[in-house]
Amino acid sequence: MSRGSNMKRMERRAFTRTGPVTLAFILVLAAMILISLSMGFLSIPVQEIFHILLAKITGGLSTSHPMADTYATIIYDVRLPRILTCAAVGAALSISGVLFQGILLNPLADPYTLGVSAGAAFGASIAILLNLSATFVSVPLFAFIGACATLFFVVFLSYSPRRNAGGLSSNNLILSGIIVAAILSAGISFLKFIANEQVSVIIFWLMGSFASKTWANFWIVLVFLALGVMISLYYARDLNLISLGDRSASSLGVNLKQVTLILLVTGSMLAAVCVSISGIIGFVGLLVPHMVRFVTGPDNRKLIPISLLAGAVLLLGADTITRAVLPHEIPIGILTALTGGPVFCWIFRRSRMR
Amino acid sequence: MDVRISNISFSYGEAPILRDLSCTFSHGRFHAILGPNGSGKTTLLDIISGFTSPDNGEIRLGTSGLGTMSRRTAAQTMALVSQNYAVNFPFTVYEVVLMGRHPYVDRFSHPTRQDRDLAVNAMSITGITHLKDRKITELSGGEKQRCIFARALCQDTPVLLLDEAFSNMDINHTLHLLALLKKEVVSREKTVIAVLHDLNLAASWSDTLVFLKDGAIKARGNTADVFTEQNIQTVFNVDAKVEFNEYAQARQAYFKAS
Repeated sequence: MSRGSNMKRMERRAFTRTGPVTLAFILVLAAMILISLSMGFLSIPVQEIFHILLAKITGGLSTSHPMADTYATIIYDVRLPRILTCAAVGAALSISGVLFQGILLNPLADPYTLGVSAGAAFGASIAILLNLSATFVSVPLFAFIGACATLFFVVFLSYSPRRNAGGLSSNNLILSGIIVAAILSAGISFLKFIANEQVSVIIFWLMGSFASKTWANFWIVLVFLALGVMISLYYARDLNLISLGDRSASSLGVNLKQVTLILLVTGSMLAAVCVSISGIIGFVGLLVPHMVRFVTGPDNRKLIPISLLAGAVLLLGADTITRAVLPHEIPIGILTALTGGPVFCWIFRRSRMR
Repeated sequence: MDVRISNISFSYGEAPILRDLSCTFSHGRFHAILGPNGSGKTTLLDIISGFTSPDNGEIRLGTSGLGTMSRRTAAQTMALVSQNYAVNFPFTVYEVVLMGRHPYVDRFSHPTRQDRDLAVNAMSITGITHLKDRKITELSGGEKQRCIFARALCQDTPVLLLDEAFSNMDINHTLHLLALLKKEVVSREKTVIAVLHDLNLAASWSDTLVFLKDGAIKARGNTADVFTEQNIQTVFNVDAKVEFNEYAQARQAYFKAS
């Protein structure tokens, strides 16, 4: 076999492998959304869902079903915003995980490695404690501000201006993140301690939930997600090089400091907006990129789009289970940690045994 | 392309690593940098490659200053084989070698036929074609180094920087790759700047030697002239006997166990 045709075969194999996978995930996600829409306290026939969604697009409701109006309200005002927010958050957390794992050269990093979640939780706890939520939409806002402030402080701690390219080394970032997160969680404990009757509100918020999410929540996450995906795809190839080490990335023409900073901010913003909207949902950002890498390999140009879809499917699945399958809704953060944790242990153990 | 450094200084905090180094690495020659641990060899390569900025001084590649070049242009001029190559992500050997074409491939476009041919050729001349589909995380230290070496060749630059690039390689592959470098230097006028640990390999293969100690150049010149007992004693604090060896066809150093 000639060298050329051999190469071409390799290229084609890599290409055909991701095409069907992407398509399959899109179909699974669509099916998942439909199933999730129909499930719940009141189960709605899939056929009616089609009618109602179609009616939203075309304008007139053309079904004779006696419950049609109730169904339309449930779907459009309750379930759809929750489902879409959940899918978007799952996607955003997964992309964030891909970015952090690449930048920190560590397949075990996750969106919360730099303390973004602790910062958000601290901000939210303050808002809840001061009872600001009664006045305006301040809990998510405070959470977001807390997350951003944490990120900038962590970057400030680990940034050394003297060195040209190694200024934001992964070790420095991880260490700063751990230190800041430790301080913040002590702060959160203190807030809980002085919170009296609001302590349960804080605890519930921290555990994460998609209950009573609105269209506004969805649009906010979607805007950040769209921006984040564009930026990550733009720098996907640079991220491949960065994930192989700073010296080698620098010598291959990557503007290391600039790209690292941009991707760090992108990943943290994604995580921050997710935490602000839905509380702390662990393991999605760690597990999804990790599992998707088994299918796509480590190339971020494939990893990013597939992780986005897989993350949406996974988190939506988890949320549907807690909302419609379990007898009582348990906080999604607990569910993902209780199921994701053991799965992760299994993957980790298996990779050690090989 | 000549690499010229002038008045380079660098320090970590109060500790000076490099003191006012000036030196020209001319093209078509193999330059070896020798020196004890902590003499500033790796820092010097970091500064030449643009990974670290010096406190003072300037690096010129040919006629242009490194500071005024874009990272991409610099990467089309200079390739680096660094030491301690730890990888956590399972890219295949072919993918890693093809990354050498990164500075030439535009964003969102794909490597051309020529890029892929260069990668295949680089794998073939470094003897890693059989590892093409293996994951780099599963390779031995020496195989990994050859893979990174292939990537640097695939980058196809007039200047090659090697930081102890042979430290994990067996003698067979070391000699093979040194011969390959020598050929590139002679036939394509490349500039090779290599930090080496093995004095005798440096004596056999390099055209020019730079002895570095405490961040300063102690001796520099044609290998035949500066590879002396006196210089080895000054720089490494060991007694050595240096004589021409017929078999190696080069001056070699011998050390006594003491």
